[in-house]
Amino acid sequence: MNQPKGNGDPEKVPAPGPTVGREGEPGWAGGLRKLYNSVVDEPLPDSFKDLLKKLDGSDDA
Amino acid sequence: MPERITSSTHDEAFREELLAVLPHLRAFARGLSGRADFADDLVQEAAIKAWVARDRYTPGTNMRAWTFAILRNHYLSELRHNKRQTDMDDNAVERLLIMDADQEAPLHLSDMETALQKLSAERREAVLLVGASGFSYEEAADIAGCPIGTMKSRVARARAELAGLLDDEPGVTDARKKQPQ
Repeated sequence: MNQPKGNGDPEKVPAPGPTVGREGEPGWAGGLRKLYNSVVDEPLPDSFKDLLKKLDGSDDA
Repeated sequence: MPERITSSTHDEAFREELLAVLPHLRAFARGLSGRADFADDLVQEAAIKAWVARDRYTPGTNMRAWTFAILRNHYLSELRHNKRQTDMDDNAVERLLIMDADQEAPLHLSDMETALQKLSAERREAVLLVGASGFSYEEAADIAGCPIGTMKSRVARARAELAGLLDDEPGVTDARKKQPQ
C-alpha cells in the first residue's frame, strides 16, 4: 500500500528510509535471507532420522 | 509389529518432494518462532501432517507452499495451546551466530533475529515468506490465507519496521559497509 508499484514516477517515492529501495535493497534485507539460508544449509539434525524412517516405513491411513 | 506396507510410486514421489522441502520448513519455522528446538518440533509435526494428508496434494504443484501453509497453521494452533512464543531462546541466537562465524560476512545475525522477533506475528510471517523464502505475494497470501493486498501491506510494513529497528542498531549496516568487495 505505502509501497508504490513504480508507475514511472520516481520523484515521489516516499521511502521510509534513505537506504530502502527496490533495486538497491538495504543491507538488512540481505541479512534476513542470510539468516534464513543459514538454517536451510544446515544438515538435518539427528532428531529427523526417526521422522524419515516413519515416512519410509509406515502408512498412517 | 506393523509390517512394512509397500508404498506406491506415488507415495515415493511425495516423500522425495517432502524431504526436499524440510530444510526450508526448518528455516521458516525458526524465523517464525525464534526457537530452534520448538521449530524442529513444528517441522516434524507438520511433515507428519503433510504425509497423512498426501492424498490432497497434487503432484508437481508447489510442495513448498503447501507444506508452509500446513506448518504455519500448525504453529498458530500450537501458540494457542501453549504460550511458548514469549520466550526467546538465547541458544538459538547463539547457534546462528556461530554458524555465521564460519562464513565470510560479519553480519550481526543476532540483531536481525532480535528485530524479527519484535515484529507482530503477521508481519514476521509476511516478511519471511516474501523477503526470505522468496514466495510471490500471491503465494504468500495463499499460505497465510489472506488477500494479496493485505499481504503486500504486511510485507511493506514489516520491511519499514525492520529498517527502523536495524537503523537504531548500527551493527548490521556497519558490518555490511565493512564487507570486502
